Amino acid sequence: MSRASVVPVSVDFAQTERFRYVLRLADTSLILGQRLSEWVGHAPALEEDLGVANISLDLIGQARMLLSYAGEIEAAGRDEDQLAYLRDQNDFCNLALVEQPNGDFGCTIVRQVLIDVWQLELLSWFDASTDQRLREIAAKAVKETRYHLRYSSGWLVRLGDGTEESHTRVQTSLNDLWKFTTELFTPDEIDRLAENAGVAPNLNVLRGSWLHRIDEILNEATLTRPDDVPYVWFGKRGEHTEYLGHLLSDMQYLQRAYPGVTW
Amino acid sequence: MSDERQHWPLFEVFIRARAGLEHKHVGSLHAVDAKMALEHARDVYTRRMEGVSLWVVRSADITASDPDDADAFFEPAKDKIYRHPTFYEIPDEVKNI
Repeated sequence: MSRASVVPVSVDFAQTERFRYVLRLADTSLILGQRLSEWVGHAPALEEDLGVANISLDLIGQARMLLSYAGEIEAAGRDEDQLAYLRDQNDFCNLALVEQPNGDFGCTIVRQVLIDVWQLELLSWFDASTDQRLREIAAKAVKETRYHLRYSSGWLVRLGDGTEESHTRVQTSLNDLWKFTTELFTPDEIDRLAENAGVAPNLNVLRGSWLHRIDEILNEATLTRPDDVPYVWFGKRGEHTEYLGHLLSDMQYLQRAYPGVTW
Repeated sequence: MSDERQHWPLFEVFIRARAGLEHKHVGSLHAVDAKMALEHARDVYTRRMEGVSLWVVRSADITASDPDDADAFFEPAKDKIYRHPTFYEIPDEVKNI
């Protein structure tokens, strides 16, 4: 056996940082999956109900794989369920964008496009990650995400290039949500360490490809990209907006009220 | 607002379960156009690995036989049993048929 195969490739990306990095990805998928599930029974059409529910289930599936992996890295005996249901708001490190309320259907679609492109670019990059588990998880998730973007971008084009009313609504949502995209590409210590270890991409490079695709979609949807705001919300550092707590109380209620309950 | 804007048109959905099989009608759904109908069909009808290929067609584009015409359309075939291959006896000498 060669020396390279026994020594971990990324020795400098320690257990704690790797745990945090994977947990961020997991929480982002989990919280978005939970948010989207709020549409079940309320979507504008039966067919959209199933469409959104499918995406929600994909995301929760991705979250399960990532949370399990995070639990293994942490090696403190916490499994996916404990990580999902028994952490408090400040321990969640999802991007603040995904905890934002659904708003109207157009607002949900805008949020979805912004995050779908981010996920697609990131998951595609993971194919070259030094982290084997992330490579494996991404290989499965990227196919799902490709469909998510097809769905969300299709709707954004319809609504943006639709009626005056639908155009105004999605443009307003885009203007409101744009400030939360700054966080996606603002690296902190963990992002830098992950990049140096070859686990994650350079966020500036990622932003370039994200922006390119976003501009294409916005252009087709006849929407205007808002100006960047020097405003950074660090959901990934546990600094959340007022909306996450309410979402968690909904999501975690059963396990909090009846600890360890199964069915 | 036109009726079509308020009520999405109906599409019929056909699924090919496996390569080599024919597409079979499985149901219908509403969508604004064929592209969306295909996505809805994927979301509504293929959640449990039901197929490998989808067709959608606007229900309005299907011309159907009128049940009132059943007498003229289908009754005449009833007594023509010689149209079934099993009506004919194959001589023993004929192989591979």
